[in-house]
Amino acid sequence: MNVDSIRDGIVIDHIAAGCGMKLYRLLGLENLNVPVAMITNVASARRGRKDIIKIDADIPVSFDVIGYVDPAATVNIIRGGTLIEKKQIDMPEMLSNVIRCKNPRCITSTEQELDNIFRLTDRAKKEYRCIYCDTKAASL
Amino acid sequence: MRSVIDVPDLSLEELDQLMDTAEDIISHPDSYQDACRRKKLATLFFEPSTRTRLSFEAAMYELGGNVLSVTGANTSSAAKGESVADTAKTVSCYADIIAMRHPKEGAALVAANNATVPVINAGDGGHCHPTQTLADLLTIRREKGHFSGLTVGLCGDLKFGRTVHSLIHALCRYDNMHFVLISPEELKVPSYVKNDALKNKGIPYEQTTSLEEAIGSLDILYMTRVQRERFFNEEDYLRLRDSYILTPEKLRLARPDLCVMHPLPRVNEISVAVDKDPRACYFKQVLNGKYMRMALILMLLREAGTL
Repeated sequence: MNVDSIRDGIVIDHIAAGCGMKLYRLLGLENLNVPVAMITNVASARRGRKDIIKIDADIPVSFDVIGYVDPAATVNIIRGGTLIEKKQIDMPEMLSNVIRCKNPRCITSTEQELDNIFRLTDRAKKEYRCIYCDTKAASL
Repeated sequence: MRSVIDVPDLSLEELDQLMDTAEDIISHPDSYQDACRRKKLATLFFEPSTRTRLSFEAAMYELGGNVLSVTGANTSSAAKGESVADTAKTVSCYADIIAMRHPKEGAALVAANNATVPVINAGDGGHCHPTQTLADLLTIRREKGHFSGLTVGLCGDLKFGRTVHSLIHALCRYDNMHFVLISPEELKVPSYVKNDALKNKGIPYEQTTSLEEAIGSLDILYMTRVQRERFFNEEDYLRLRDSYILTPEKLRLARPDLCVMHPLPRVNEISVAVDKDPRACYFKQVLNGKYMRMALILMLLREAGTL
């Protein structure tokens, strides 16, 4: 399978196999009018299998979203066909307007204009809770 | 602007200070009768409540202040669809401090994030009710004299009972506490509360379905009501409503210095005959709640520079 290399853009590499599409949706890549390649189940020396997303455009992406979906992923910034920066990703302490609270008793269920904010409450378990009602975020 | 949404918003030192102030108010009420003169408390109660609202209002009146009151979402701008944020901003223009009860969890935090005066959470759905916990803490301190090495039994609805969760979180900050969780299977303490407050801190606890077996080992027995409004299903409510009823017969199995507490209102989970027992402390708890609310209003208004 051939996927053209990109000149100016971003490669999100080492995504856990199966998480690529989730990340694709949460980053809103489906709404972009730029070339995006979604490669799944590639052999990986580090992870066994991995997913890769290549975005052939110089656009901002949310590292918080990437860190939430898979903090072990890496982000490669490409300029003029050359790798100029490799970013290590970490789980964000706060996550704003990425996921919604599922608790029907939460104030965010009736006041739709409120930001949906979650805070990291357990790093080992990758657990986030709504700052308003403390409900645990649904699993990805 | 400092607000109090949940008990962990207050350090142990601040809790001690609040209890010291409450004790001082009890001993010298006249010294506080003008402490909040010309200050206004707005009580915004968008969910039915009698005692908490009256307690806040009595607290402000006893501090010499005034009260602006909204009761029920139907009689306020909330009925017209006003957001909590806009309500908080608007009321901040009229009052020096806000006490708010709202059926939605997190509503008090939204109010606090938007108000320009301190906000006290007077209950946000099934989430937090910090001033009830303040009342509970003062009652335990006044009845037992300390918080160390107590065996605390919590009985009834431990799943939806916000007062229970708050009290566990508050008491587990003290040394050598031991908890006995008494409930039917369906109303056990949620695992995240157990994990956060007890398991992860190595605090000993037991779970049982038998009040009779547990009562003899307790220093404190905290009874709770099974609340209809926390159930989506009426059948489940009716089935679990009468799970535990404290009677004089069961109290005979308890220690002579047991302290029986209840956040009130009760339905039938404590027999009226128990009221005569000197171990019944739930009406003292109501009074202690007023004193702790007075202490909290004073603390927040002083911190805000209003006093």
